Amino acid sequence: MNSPHRSLAVRELGTIEYSEALELQAHLIRERREATIPDTILLLEHPHVITLGSSSDYAHVLLDAGELEKRGIALFEVGRGGDVTYHGPGQLVVYPIMDLKPDRKDLHRYLRDLESVLIKVACSFGVQANRDPSGTGVFTELGKLGAIGVRVSSGWITSHGIALNVSTKLDFFKTIVPCGIRDCGVSSLERELQAPVCMAEVKECMVESFKQVFSS
Amino acid sequence: MARIEVPMPQMGESIAEGTVSKWLKQVGDTVERDEPILEISTDKVDAEIPAPSAGILVEVVVEEGETVEVGTVVALIDPEGIALVDTTPDKTLEPDLPSGSKKIIELPDLVEPALVATQTLDVNQSAEERLRTRSTPVVRKIAAEHGIDLANIVGSGHAGRVTKQDIVAFMESSGATEAEDPPTISAARARDGIPIQSEPSSLWDSFYKEVQHPEYQVRPADQVEGMDKMRRLTAEHMVVAKRIAPHVHSFIEIDFSIIDRIRTLSRSRWEAQNARVSYTAFVAWAVSRVLRDFPMVNSVVSGNNIIYRGNVNLGMAVDLNPGLIVPVVHDADHLGLIGIGNKIVDLAGRARARKLMPDEIQGATFTITNPGVLGTVVGLPVIPKGTSAILGIGSIEKRVAVVTDQQTETDVIAIRKRSLFSLGYDHRIVDGADAARFLSALKEMLESFPEDA
Repeated sequence: MNSPHRSLAVRELGTIEYSEALELQAHLIRERREATIPDTILLLEHPHVITLGSSSDYAHVLLDAGELEKRGIALFEVGRGGDVTYHGPGQLVVYPIMDLKPDRKDLHRYLRDLESVLIKVACSFGVQANRDPSGTGVFTELGKLGAIGVRVSSGWITSHGIALNVSTKLDFFKTIVPCGIRDCGVSSLERELQAPVCMAEVKECMVESFKQVFSS
Repeated sequence: MARIEVPMPQMGESIAEGTVSKWLKQVGDTVERDEPILEISTDKVDAEIPAPSAGILVEVVVEEGETVEVGTVVALIDPEGIALVDTTPDKTLEPDLPSGSKKIIELPDLVEPALVATQTLDVNQSAEERLRTRSTPVVRKIAAEHGIDLANIVGSGHAGRVTKQDIVAFMESSGATEAEDPPTISAARARDGIPIQSEPSSLWDSFYKEVQHPEYQVRPADQVEGMDKMRRLTAEHMVVAKRIAPHVHSFIEIDFSIIDRIRTLSRSRWEAQNARVSYTAFVAWAVSRVLRDFPMVNSVVSGNNIIYRGNVNLGMAVDLNPGLIVPVVHDADHLGLIGIGNKIVDLAGRARARKLMPDEIQGATFTITNPGVLGTVVGLPVIPKGTSAILGIGSIEKRVAVVTDQQTETDVIAIRKRSLFSLGYDHRIVDGADAARFLSALKEMLESFPEDA
């Protein structure tokens, strides 16, 4: 039995508000379920925002509401797996809206696939990132490079996804306990390489890695 | 009232449990088929679980925040609920409703609590139904743990339901009297009018589900390694499988002469078709046909019931060296000999490449294992959990056999390719004679193998 061919549509959205991305995903999930669109990945960046997944602990947000507002950081509680995370400029966010039914009805496999994508992207920039048996995501020696939190809607349609720190100002992560792991540092491709990284190039690698991982 | 169970779904090969994170529908809500009714979370994934059928959500068994094993019933849907809701506005139909209690479930807000209280005690209702309509799962759990009969508690909740507060208050009030004069447990119960019953025990549950391997002293020259996941799962499965099923094994010797002849005659044709038909394929084909006549061999004991499986899904044990996995040829009885042969080669190849899909290692109704290819004469295989039998194939080799010469009708010693088959079966459901009849039928099928299979 061969894996069915997946055609993958890519939508580059630039920087969009978190709320707008939520609405768009809800819309695309419906379209994907009705098979009016192919598997689609959204590539985007968010303005400063902290999101809380279903297993979030508010104690992992280290600033109070007033302080968050002062710094221009929005806060959302969302229906994805995982704990608290931060999104902001310089971080490549990828939301795959895919139908897992044909060949990969396995949530763990999906998480491992997303990790593979992140590892491949890091690798193409010469950065060695690894899985960590204690949790989902990919890590370098300096800390967490990419985070994962996903949702699978009725009919095995995915949403939410992965966030890769490219040139993220890592200070913003100090406002939270990333993914609830207190000892975990954070890293970015730029921090790893000590050199500027071109976001457009990362996006290209991201699309390429997705195609590789999800066609196997 | 036929209710449809909503189980915690299997969301991945290595996912054994899920946490109910949110109920999207409440008891009494109408649900459409495939409409999401709850959300579960495992690790970093949130997933919506759709309704398996349209109807009314009549019971939520697992509360938000609770983590349960895959397969555990989390909710019950009454598929007939739909029609009733549709007709209730028509007052003339009301007297035809089967029972008052049924209506209560559908129209929780329209019925006076007092009316409900009398109706839920309707004699037409089974005790079990009354229990269900009068309490929540949490309350029933508490009641079971403490040996309390809910019928003795006046419910203050909706529709006369016994709420958690009610049962806690009940326990506290009886506990208060106990504190004054600490009597034995049974005496306290007898005094409170609670029937004395044996303590409900979770012992069996853990006996059938939990495995703890004893530990041993490490010696200086030893090397200690953690079991990898496959080894651990296999180890647990084997222990539990042996605990559940009383194993019995029967043996039969099979002559492969006819099959060898078919293989020789068909070799060039099969090569042209790129077909791969091993001895195992012949056995799988024959087993899938014979199983139709032996439903008990293709069944599983489930509680006090027997589930006769409607499909013939053959698990084929594959040696990964190290490790073992059992991919499944689904609906093998619908496949021809070549189809089964190719499927086995495909599954075994992908098993060794670790590329099997979760669906492909689930749902076996009978298993075949062939350690004979490694030279062993016969084995006593363990029956995989959830099935009632397994066939072990011994080495297929030339042996000395006494056969009757058909022309002279005298007994002669001949060289024949033969193999010892062993059938491991769950003696709760398969009797020794059943096993013997099954093996005889299999022998007959294999020794007169149809050429057009």
